[in-house]
Amino acid sequence: METENDYRPGLYRWSVLLAFCTLLLVVAGGLVTSRDAGLSVPDWPLSYGKLMPKMEGGILYEHGHRMIATTVGLFTIVSLVWIFRVDRRPWMRKLALAALIAVIVQGVLGGMTVKFLLPWWISAPHATLAQLFFSTTVAMALFTSRRWLASPVVVPEDAENPIRGLSLAVPLCVVGQLFLGAAARHKAIGSIYHICGAPLVTGVVLWVSMRILLHYARNAELRSGAALLVAVTVTQVFLGIAAFMTRVAYADAVQPMPLMVTFTVLHVAVGALTLAASVVLAILVRRNLGERVAARQLAA
Amino acid sequence: MPVIDMSSNPSCERQHKGPVKAQTVVVNPNATLRNAFVWIKDGLAPAHWSPPADSVRLTQSGCIYEPHVVGIMVDQTLEILNDDPVNHNVHAESQVNPAWNISEPPRAEHSLRKFSSPEVLFPITCSVHPWMRSYIGVSPHPFFAVTGDDGSFALRGVPPGTYTIEVVQEKLGNKEGKVTLAAGAAATLDFTYGN
Repeated sequence: METENDYRPGLYRWSVLLAFCTLLLVVAGGLVTSRDAGLSVPDWPLSYGKLMPKMEGGILYEHGHRMIATTVGLFTIVSLVWIFRVDRRPWMRKLALAALIAVIVQGVLGGMTVKFLLPWWISAPHATLAQLFFSTTVAMALFTSRRWLASPVVVPEDAENPIRGLSLAVPLCVVGQLFLGAAARHKAIGSIYHICGAPLVTGVVLWVSMRILLHYARNAELRSGAALLVAVTVTQVFLGIAAFMTRVAYADAVQPMPLMVTFTVLHVAVGALTLAASVVLAILVRRNLGERVAARQLAA
Repeated sequence: MPVIDMSSNPSCERQHKGPVKAQTVVVNPNATLRNAFVWIKDGLAPAHWSPPADSVRLTQSGCIYEPHVVGIMVDQTLEILNDDPVNHNVHAESQVNPAWNISEPPRAEHSLRKFSSPEVLFPITCSVHPWMRSYIGVSPHPFFAVTGDDGSFALRGVPPGTYTIEVVQEKLGNKEGKVTLAAGAAATLDFTYGN
């Protein structure tokens, strides 16, 4: 007899594939902006009046981005249908529906930004929603995994070192930082705001992660989640420094330079991974944390 | 001047015999500046100047804009040509005039555009080939010029008066100078960038 907790390997693998394709889509979008290719195809939804234009120069990046986006959109529809057919969890169905709405909105924003010649007030939300959508797909993969469907190992929350609320603050801070980065990339603000935000967000990440590693390390899921978040955040900080340095070094270049493009796109991609890792950690905290108890009781 | 890397676009690279340099700042052999836009910014009596019937051409050839700096009058026709065997897009990054972005496939019909307001100086760019950049100065009157390969410019038919002349260079910025012109006489004005 089927239950809510039945592991469906096909659905899980499909969800992982969707998340992976979405990360590719984030990379493709980062390439479009970094290669200054955003307006290389003036028309939308067609490209030079065709479904498949000659893939040359900036068109390769812009139309390639559109093709991957279409694929991700179709994959999201398949996920929704699959989940509605086999997954009995109402909240999971709502999440799949939210993912489809997000990918549709994202597609419309992508088209609008081409039509309106890349205004920051469309391009920056487009870039930020991309990161949020990626986190949604990662959450869907998590929720369909065998490990999630098994019973959690619940640990009580230490009243002197609470993390429930703090764990929510991390993804919120990361989203804010991602928006600042997107706004800077689309020339709404100077990059100084994003640069100033970096130590603040890194501090919040390290604060929460270290509290988990110091006080909740006995829970393997929390320990892994916090360690992963620290690893991607540290990587992200170094990539941000590298991206900024190459941007300064090539300030007078007449075209986007490969090294600058590489570091910037990696910074965008690892930014998406940082948000996803913070979302996963916040979810795991909610799943694995029991009632708050005083330290004395914990010791007993 | 930095060399443009066209290696990822062989169709563009094949059209040149050797390396192509960017025209961001072009210094002539006589140490003068090429491709600076010069115009009368202020001092002309209010008048309506009709635009010439002839269009101004902007050609995409070898994935380079020719000319690099274009002077045009308000409501004069800009004719955009694509001589290349590749797709281009043409993006007018104007701030005063409405910005636009059009596709220019190979062998496409010439695109015709007009600008309804004075605006000095804004870029025309191609996102297919991100090194492609041209600049347009839209003047309300016919007294403008672009410096050539000897760095000189000439504004002809200017009525007597005292004028503010502005020179605008895409990277080095703008400079202004005053000149007074007597009836039937010529006047000279020099601008210097740097030391």
